[in-house]
Amino acid sequence: MAKIYIDKKPFEVAAGKNLLEACLTLGINLPYFCWHPAMGSVGACRQCAVKLFKDDQDDKGRLVMSCMESVKDDLYLSVMDPQAKAFRAQIIEWLMTNHPHDCAVCDEGGSCHLQDMTVMTGHTYRRFNYQKRTYKNQYLGPFINHEMNRCIQCYRCVRFYKDYAGGDDLDVFAAHDDIYFGRAQDGILENEFSGNLAEVCPTGVFTDKTLKQHYTRKWDMTMAPSICQHCSVGCNIIAGERYGELRQITSRYNGDVNGYFICDRGRFGYEFVNSINRIQVPLIRGKVPEASKKTELYDHLQNILTGKLIGIGSPRASLESNFALRKLVGKENFYQGVSKSQAKLTGVILDIYNSGQFHIPSVKDIEESDFILILGEDLTNSAPRLALAVRQAVIKTAMEEGKSIHLPDWHSAALREYIQEDKGELQIFYPIKTKLDGIASTIEYLSPDDIARLGFYIAANLKGETVQADNQKLTEISKDICELVKKAKKPLIISGCSLGNENIIKAAANIASSLKSKTVNPRLCFVVPECNSIGMAMMEAKSFEEISDDNSLDTLLILENDLERISGKNDSDKLYSSFKNVIAIDPLHHSGTQKASVVIPCGTFAEADGTIINYEGRAQNFLQVFMPKNEFIRESWRWLDDFRQIKEGTSIDELNEKDNLLEELVSEMPQFKGVENSSPDSDFRIEGQKIPREPHRYSGRTAIQANIDVSEPKPPEDIDTPLSFTMEGYKGIPPSPLIPFFWSPGWNSVQSINKYQIEVGGALHGGNPGKRLFNGIQSHEIKYDSSFLETHKLKEDEFEIIPLPHIFGSEELSNYSEAIQQRIPDPYIAISKMDAEQLNISEGENLSLQVNESQYQLKTIVKDEMPAGIAGIPLNIPGLQGLKLPATGTLKNEKQ
Amino acid sequence: MERPLTQNISADRPPFNLKDYVAHGGYRSVEKALKSMTPQEITKTVQDSDLKGRGGAGFNTGMKWSFVQMTETPQDKYLVANADEMEPGTFKDRLLLEGDPHQLIEGMIVSAFAIQANKSYVFLRWAYKKAARIIKQAIDEAYEAGYLGKNILGTGYDLEMYLHTGVGRYMCGEETALLNALEGKRATPRAKPPFPQISGLFGKPTIVNNVETLCNVPHIINNGSDWFKSLSIGSDSGTKLYGISGHVNKPGIWELPMGTPIRELIDKHAGGMKNGYRFRGLLPGGASTDFLVEEHLDVAMDYKSIALAGSRMGTGTMIILDDKTCPVGFVHNLEHFFAQESCGWCTPCREGLPWTEKILLSIESGNGRSEDLDLLEMHADFLGPGNTFCALAPGAMEPLQSGLKYFREDFEKHIELKKCPWR
Repeated sequence: MAKIYIDKKPFEVAAGKNLLEACLTLGINLPYFCWHPAMGSVGACRQCAVKLFKDDQDDKGRLVMSCMESVKDDLYLSVMDPQAKAFRAQIIEWLMTNHPHDCAVCDEGGSCHLQDMTVMTGHTYRRFNYQKRTYKNQYLGPFINHEMNRCIQCYRCVRFYKDYAGGDDLDVFAAHDDIYFGRAQDGILENEFSGNLAEVCPTGVFTDKTLKQHYTRKWDMTMAPSICQHCSVGCNIIAGERYGELRQITSRYNGDVNGYFICDRGRFGYEFVNSINRIQVPLIRGKVPEASKKTELYDHLQNILTGKLIGIGSPRASLESNFALRKLVGKENFYQGVSKSQAKLTGVILDIYNSGQFHIPSVKDIEESDFILILGEDLTNSAPRLALAVRQAVIKTAMEEGKSIHLPDWHSAALREYIQEDKGELQIFYPIKTKLDGIASTIEYLSPDDIARLGFYIAANLKGETVQADNQKLTEISKDICELVKKAKKPLIISGCSLGNENIIKAAANIASSLKSKTVNPRLCFVVPECNSIGMAMMEAKSFEEISDDNSLDTLLILENDLERISGKNDSDKLYSSFKNVIAIDPLHHSGTQKASVVIPCGTFAEADGTIINYEGRAQNFLQVFMPKNEFIRESWRWLDDFRQIKEGTSIDELNEKDNLLEELVSEMPQFKGVENSSPDSDFRIEGQKIPREPHRYSGRTAIQANIDVSEPKPPEDIDTPLSFTMEGYKGIPPSPLIPFFWSPGWNSVQSINKYQIEVGGALHGGNPGKRLFNGIQSHEIKYDSSFLETHKLKEDEFEIIPLPHIFGSEELSNYSEAIQQRIPDPYIAISKMDAEQLNISEGENLSLQVNESQYQLKTIVKDEMPAGIAGIPLNIPGLQGLKLPATGTLKNEKQ
Repeated sequence: MERPLTQNISADRPPFNLKDYVAHGGYRSVEKALKSMTPQEITKTVQDSDLKGRGGAGFNTGMKWSFVQMTETPQDKYLVANADEMEPGTFKDRLLLEGDPHQLIEGMIVSAFAIQANKSYVFLRWAYKKAARIIKQAIDEAYEAGYLGKNILGTGYDLEMYLHTGVGRYMCGEETALLNALEGKRATPRAKPPFPQISGLFGKPTIVNNVETLCNVPHIINNGSDWFKSLSIGSDSGTKLYGISGHVNKPGIWELPMGTPIRELIDKHAGGMKNGYRFRGLLPGGASTDFLVEEHLDVAMDYKSIALAGSRMGTGTMIILDDKTCPVGFVHNLEHFFAQESCGWCTPCREGLPWTEKILLSIESGNGRSEDLDLLEMHADFLGPGNTFCALAPGAMEPLQSGLKYFREDFEKHIELKKCPWR
């Protein structure tokens, strides 16, 4: 800590920060543009000027940029100094010389940092009476809209896109007052984090193009704290609704998870909520009409639910919904909604996590690792936010060197100039090139089994055990890696389920085990396929593929799951036909709902409350965003709770079941201990008030339904959470898991996050949300057998067909978004150069793939780096689902 | 009078090749420095000589070198000759580059040795095509003769030298922007600290010196610091290349003792004002220095005296304003240059300079308003040192603020008459 004097008042502030951070942390409103808490200072915009004095006798002082001065003991500065204030207002006037007067029609209006800062500095009348500069805008793809005339040249976009996210197709061009931020030519912004430009840009140059399709001001949205449903990272998001339509997803700051940034799948993949494919009413097949009222449905179910029930859960449904199903059907009749092989993988991961041997890193921990080994994951496509964290880790590690010349952490530009291209240690083992290759120190393109082999070699080498290696190359690499990892203080191993190879996961755990015996505390984590895969695995159930084949089965309940996507058509048809009744509970129609005898509509994350567990075992709550007008769109767990009451023959009470469900879950399965505390209970109030989902400027409430009834209806009640569906309620800062939107007086843009943090850029008040369930209590040793190494040989003409995840296309729900659809790759098959020569096929030609009794014609992509004997196809993209990969298959060049 | 910098330069013949240069005593300082002096001794000698940076900042060169850390183990370090001469009115380095290229190379070898750098660059202005050809040839000759490359003169010292031609940005004259440009990045300046001596080219310790500065080094090493001091008749050491442009009888460039009075430069060396033109003022050291006027004509052209008179020595090449030239148009022309050459990094410079340019044009074309002068004053005030990221905008404000001070009635007359009185 250091003692500084601001406008003659003494303050204790954290040392190592800059003056801007210190002022903002103290709650002093100091305007800024180019500085960003996650990206540091560059001193470009000159907006945060303050007066700095030599000592307490100096009354002249000099202007300095607060973002470029370190906190030091006995520093005297003035924020309110007239010259400093005048200079700050002048900066705005300069920026405004070319800025359009289009606030009223600008997408950013009302959540614009430039607006806020303009008001803050007091600049009003412009004195510049010459022509404004104008630019041409570019087409930047389906996600981001470009309006360059609004640019204030703060350089944040390129610093985020290029320096932070590793993109190479956005840049700054030209010079002086002509500088232009865009692409070399029109085209899709290719970086997976492009959507963050909409939040990083302090004004309306880069805006969310999907929001523009159904535009709503920030203050007119009903918003709730939510969790991204599109991968296992569990990024915290804010979802906003108006007129029953989900309008926008933004990042919800969580210092331990996503920080300020989320990926484009998470930001733009929300349109499934608004899809015309949503199930609107309960359907009883064979009844005329099929659409049924609640009473008809319940009468119908009365007969069905009394028989023997089997329930299949879902790794993308909440714990509450899965548990409600388990309660309904009984523990022994509850199955995981994942394939047998998938259940095996997550089972192994759970065993490793439960062993308590390793530190399971949060995203923030990943950013602070000084040695990273990635085994068999293409993070940019399987868990994008982790890839972004890995990028920061290798740079931060290199930046440690900056300490030798006394460069502070915030001095981003100087640190980058000092370290140049230096990077921390990153080792990637994957069958093909990945986007992280560019920052990796070692990259090996290996088959899945070879990745596992190499992992086992490294683990053995680290322990000083002799390796029975038949592969000289892998042995050499493993030795090199061992030397490197020995220097690490915070080594991290990342692996996961993407290649579907159990041995890779085991090898990763063995490496961590070996490191642990070397007294470093290794970090180890695994990427899993869905947002609640870990929660599903923790349910202690078998895979639905293990449902026994007897004929006595009455009714199957399938929760939020398309089984055909997992097992293929044949197997899922077989399963369906072995039941008298199949009840599908789903928000969306798919092949399964077509075949089910009863179809129940349920809420998506936007219309439901629930808890999911991310890759690191962090239980996080998503809160309902809006109450759908359609009474049938209810949480799955609410339906299932009704069904249980129907089954038990009791009258149906709509209770506050959410809190109870979690408590019951914990008492039945103590491994979930902690989930009940991941968010305040539904009866939580502040000063007796609920927390409003709507900003106090929410407009049109009295008119919004005037076409139906001129009387304003009573707002819907929320019995499940401490949030209300109104603008009334507690106006201060709520507990961190309950923040529906960021806003503070004078801070209408997302930059108001500053006000919600204990220290700017640090944890939220009350701590970052989420409850980690794996507490690190050591239970058992981890050492897996590597005897598989000698076995598993393919026949001459066989290939190992492996899945290749794609950020756009591999995930079911996000594929409903039109914007995402434009980015899904066409079906292809990737093979090695050697195999292409063998098959006498060239890039772009069709190859015939035979796998699991199905045949596909696929366009060939030849990958020079890929090892022979394997072939990759894009995971689960439309047209290539239910393939049960990895699998053995044959390839044939049809033209021969 | 000794003229060490220009002793080999003659308008009647091409510059000396290496053989002739050596025959005239060239490369002696390399022999002396590498064979009989330690890097510290060289730095000390240069520091004692009080050789001040000739690019405009006027910082003690030896002192600048002394900030480079000397380590036992060899370390990547760089020496860069700033030959991006683009200051309006300035053409002194061009004379040295085109007239005696080996002198620069010799100075660079000794300077690089003093900081123990093994790589050096000449960052040359794009438009200096002739100089590029001459320097390139001289570097080749120096490699051939063993003054560059591995194991120079058998001393075990290695030095590589590269010629890099820029793309013509004034900004590259700023040493940190020059380094960015040399790295292939946008020519925007870097924050200081860290100074290039600590984290410079490619993040390594780097010294950037002006061409004229480096050309002085061989002579200081050969003749000693006392000799160098004795060359001056003013308060700073050595000789200086002084230039004059404007409506004088003999515009040109001369090597003269440091501290030669302005009046002597104009009357004696430039042959006085042209017939029919009366002296009104001058920018002493290029476009980014404050006007001096009649009352300053007896000031000595050295760093200290010019500073006391309220301006800067800058590059020491002056531009003269006469009574037939409109001072508003004169300043507008300069601000047009500066606005165009702003790199666009920081707000005040990027947005402020074009505004001043537009105001000046508006006044010059008869559309000025009285509040325009307040706006110009505001810019002159707020674009001062420390408020902008680098020195470009503060430099740009020097002729404007002093123009407003000395020629205010001319500005006012434009506004009053709604036209330029000179048109």
